[in-house]
Amino acid sequence: MTEQRTLPRIGVLAIQGDYAAHADALAESGATPVEVRKPEELEGLDGLILPGGESTTMLKFLEKRHFFDALLQFCAQHPVFGTCAGAILLAREVRNPSQRSLGLLDAVVERNAYGRQIDSSILTAETSLPGGPLEMVFIRAPRIAATGNTVEVLARRDGDPVFVRQGKIMAATFHPELSTDRRVHRAFVDTLLATTGK
Amino acid sequence: MSETIGNKNLASTSLRLKVGLAEMLKGGVIMDVMNVEQARIAEEAGATSVMALERVPAMIRAEGGVARMAKPSLIKQIIQAVSIPVMAKARIGHFAEAQILQELGVDFIDESEVLTPADEAHHIDKHAFTTPFVCGARNLGEALRRIAEGAAMIRTKGEAGTGDVVHAVRHMRQIVKEMKALTVLSEQELYAAAKDHQAPYELIRMVAQAGKLPVPNFSAGGIATPADAALMMQLGAEAIFVGSGIFMKERATPLDVKNNPKEREEAVSRAKAIVIATTHFNDPKILAEVSEQVTGTMKGLAAAAIEESQLLQTRGW
Repeated sequence: MTEQRTLPRIGVLAIQGDYAAHADALAESGATPVEVRKPEELEGLDGLILPGGESTTMLKFLEKRHFFDALLQFCAQHPVFGTCAGAILLAREVRNPSQRSLGLLDAVVERNAYGRQIDSSILTAETSLPGGPLEMVFIRAPRIAATGNTVEVLARRDGDPVFVRQGKIMAATFHPELSTDRRVHRAFVDTLLATTGK
Repeated sequence: MSETIGNKNLASTSLRLKVGLAEMLKGGVIMDVMNVEQARIAEEAGATSVMALERVPAMIRAEGGVARMAKPSLIKQIIQAVSIPVMAKARIGHFAEAQILQELGVDFIDESEVLTPADEAHHIDKHAFTTPFVCGARNLGEALRRIAEGAAMIRTKGEAGTGDVVHAVRHMRQIVKEMKALTVLSEQELYAAAKDHQAPYELIRMVAQAGKLPVPNFSAGGIATPADAALMMQLGAEAIFVGSGIFMKERATPLDVKNNPKEREEAVSRAKAIVIATTHFNDPKILAEVSEQVTGTMKGLAAAAIEESQLLQTRGW
């Protein structure tokens, strides 16, 4: 019981998408997952995951439910990790088509840049995370077309960054939650623990 | 994850990618659209995907005739118009229509009982495609037979085009009940269960262990209001398909979203409310609030009043 109390509580934005897969991955990576559907549910959380799904659906929902500003405020102050649609929401600029975003990650992200579902793929590539090459599940994936100086690239696909970190913000254009390798979620929990001093 | 059915590996790259896209659609609403204007309304309202078709089920039911795959030109226009995934329907067993849909770049193919079946015995071998498939089911055995053929997503059949949710409820309750029953059986009883459900033993065993389907389980068929969507989600659906419920007025008449601002507003209000209700399916306060915002609902047709021979759900096996 004492151990449970010390685990960080990390929210998973649960508007739609594979939030349940992220919650499972967090539970396996030393954190307690909490589903978040309303602004008040962010209260008391140590960090947040923006999951995969449809970025337009999430964005429209955030705007309609007066949730955008509360989310921006939380993400500006806490560790946050976005995968695929979540990475699109975090980006400074979104293309194809252009859409509103939180603007916290100094990167330009192009939606559906590798094609449609028939072009989705599972690759294994080098990463600067310890433990060797990483499996990456790309589904109708976006492309990080440019990054700012403060953005550290943790993995690439054909030269393009696919996994990045900027201070306490992490983003991946693939879906680590759909693989069994938990190094990516552990890296986020470690980043969170280091920045919150827990 | 090393489960196999015959020579098909459920952990194969192809199937993981197909199920992966289905995972991305969870918690969302997939809307039937018949033109670019409706597709844009659906995307703007927050649909996770649109189903491109020439006639929604309510019109097919009212007008009769042979219902086939949508025209390629319509599908291409809709793919061009929206950034969300686009689905389209192929007739049961019509693998050539499915080949065309894959070639057009459709993101998900619905092998659907709403269209006129093309094969009385065989469903499409869905393993032969790169594009993922969704199929309808009324019970666990039917769901597992479709998964054995390669379906990456199951949806309840319900009774499409009615606006009456009763059969979607029946099918979801049936699937959930049959899954629960498997979890308490002993290993040796699973062989007989496979026989009873007319489904592959390996899949029966997976469901017995996990208590759920190995692919996402969505709901379709008669869902017309935010409350219907919330009901299906609370019963265990992982996402919602809305067919005729957004854009239909009378039985065979769609709302005129192009020329009539009031009717357009009605379609928009229905679409937005169902999206919010699907996310907040467990929050009656929000359900009450969004239900109040809807300005109208399709007239519908009581499923109990439909003659047995006119049911769409009995197509396929």
